[in-house]
Amino acid sequence: MNVMKDFPMLNKDIIYLDNGATTFKPQCVIDAMSDYYSNYCANAHRGDYDISLKVDMAYEGTRDKVQKFINAKHREEIIFTSGATESLNLIVNGFFDNVMEAGDEILISDSEHASNVLPWFRLAQNRGAVIKYVQLDESFHVTLEAVKRSITPKTKVIALAEITNVVGDIRPIKEITDFAHKNNIFVVVDGAQSVPHKKCDVQDSDVDFLAFSAHKMCGPTGVGVLYGKRELLESVIPVNFGGGMNESFDSEKEVFLKELPTRLEAGTPNIAGVIGLGAAIEYLEQVGMDNIFYHEISLKKYLVEGLSRIPFIDIINDECDSGILAFNVDGIFAQDVAIYLNKYNVCVRAGNHCAKILKKSVGVRNTVRVSLYFYNTKEEIDTLIDLLSDRDKIMKEMI
Amino acid sequence: MDENLKRDIILDNYTNPENKSRVEDESYIGVNSNNSSCIDNIDLWVKIEDGIIKDIKFDGEACAISTASTSIMTKELAGKTIDEARKFIENFYNMINEEEYDENALNEALVFDTIYKQANRKTCATLPYKGIQDAIDIYEKR
Repeated sequence: MNVMKDFPMLNKDIIYLDNGATTFKPQCVIDAMSDYYSNYCANAHRGDYDISLKVDMAYEGTRDKVQKFINAKHREEIIFTSGATESLNLIVNGFFDNVMEAGDEILISDSEHASNVLPWFRLAQNRGAVIKYVQLDESFHVTLEAVKRSITPKTKVIALAEITNVVGDIRPIKEITDFAHKNNIFVVVDGAQSVPHKKCDVQDSDVDFLAFSAHKMCGPTGVGVLYGKRELLESVIPVNFGGGMNESFDSEKEVFLKELPTRLEAGTPNIAGVIGLGAAIEYLEQVGMDNIFYHEISLKKYLVEGLSRIPFIDIINDECDSGILAFNVDGIFAQDVAIYLNKYNVCVRAGNHCAKILKKSVGVRNTVRVSLYFYNTKEEIDTLIDLLSDRDKIMKEMI
Repeated sequence: MDENLKRDIILDNYTNPENKSRVEDESYIGVNSNNSSCIDNIDLWVKIEDGIIKDIKFDGEACAISTASTSIMTKELAGKTIDEARKFIENFYNMINEEEYDENALNEALVFDTIYKQANRKTCATLPYKGIQDAIDIYEKR
């Protein structure tokens, strides 16, 4: 994929393999944000003068782009947040807090990211609800059958990442949702690791809520999206109250809120960030989401083949179709491997990757994680494999 | 100290650490030491009697620098009085923080004298010292 020239960060002699954490930004995203700050810096929803009108068009234009990008039915189903974390917290606290009753069950999995675990923990504590876990199969994947086994008449919501950030398995979200809805169960999807990498169609999958972050898809930090079905978002009680989201208020008894989506976006939003997200989506569509997905899959396959030839490397998840690979070098702590690779300007992540409860299923607390994106190349993978094929060299140079 | 020798000592203490075992003995003070910025996580068990550190054991998951630093520390501080230990710890921190220190008093712990060049590993080298200070504090409050 010939995208090198689009990214200022890609000519710095760095091999960046931590795309699950964040991604590089193409120049067009940086330019779009800089253009806003340089040429039409005004607040949104203040259409009394030209530059503000331009802001509205750019800001709301991004909403349309997101709607199209994930194939939402209505534009007001797209709520801008600060990131997937805020999106998940908003839906837990603004929606589920109102519908959850004591004894209701929340179904998650051991391999969820902290932001799809901790808000539910808190909700369970406050409402007397119960957290249940889908049993992972021998490859640490979530299957439809396991979900079916885990639900009870008390299950109120299933909250899963579409792709997990450590194991990288792609969950059968459409099938899970179909099954869940037949049993009157809501489905919340953490799309932080999936929306940037594969085509997303919320009407096809029929999920109730979807959360994702701009910065993991070539966009800026500090912006995310909450998608929710309109009829469900209508009943969300805002977590934030303030400017922009109210119609009028004369006393505490006479507060009138605006319609969706503005009602859920109190305060001045991250305008530059939203505009940057719009540019990122345009860019990704130009590259093509299918191209992105297939490039990552083939690169991942190439990486697995290479690492499998190294006898002292233990791959945790060689069987999944995403660009995420977790492994360990026998007898060497994950962090030391990362520090060794850093000496050759190779950026990988070591740790538990915010999935702290995964340990009880996988039995390994810390791993080295490689997470790919469409701008990574075979040559980069060759370098990585080469650096990892000499254990003595790792031992010698890691300190 | 020669760089190769330093590396050998660190690797030796990493691959064959001294005093690495879990302790279930109630006469030991147990503390956990971890870094919020990285994934090192070490449990220490310290036996202090009459103001003297009798024994230190440790376990946990940590990088080469942390593990080696802990292994070396358990050897260096065992047998020292609390006052002597505090002096050793202060001297060690001074070395890590590029302040004036007595290099003759650190023995094997001197292998970390250039760790300041890798800012992200300073916290790895000092991790066990954070733990032993907590253990001494607990002992003194008793």
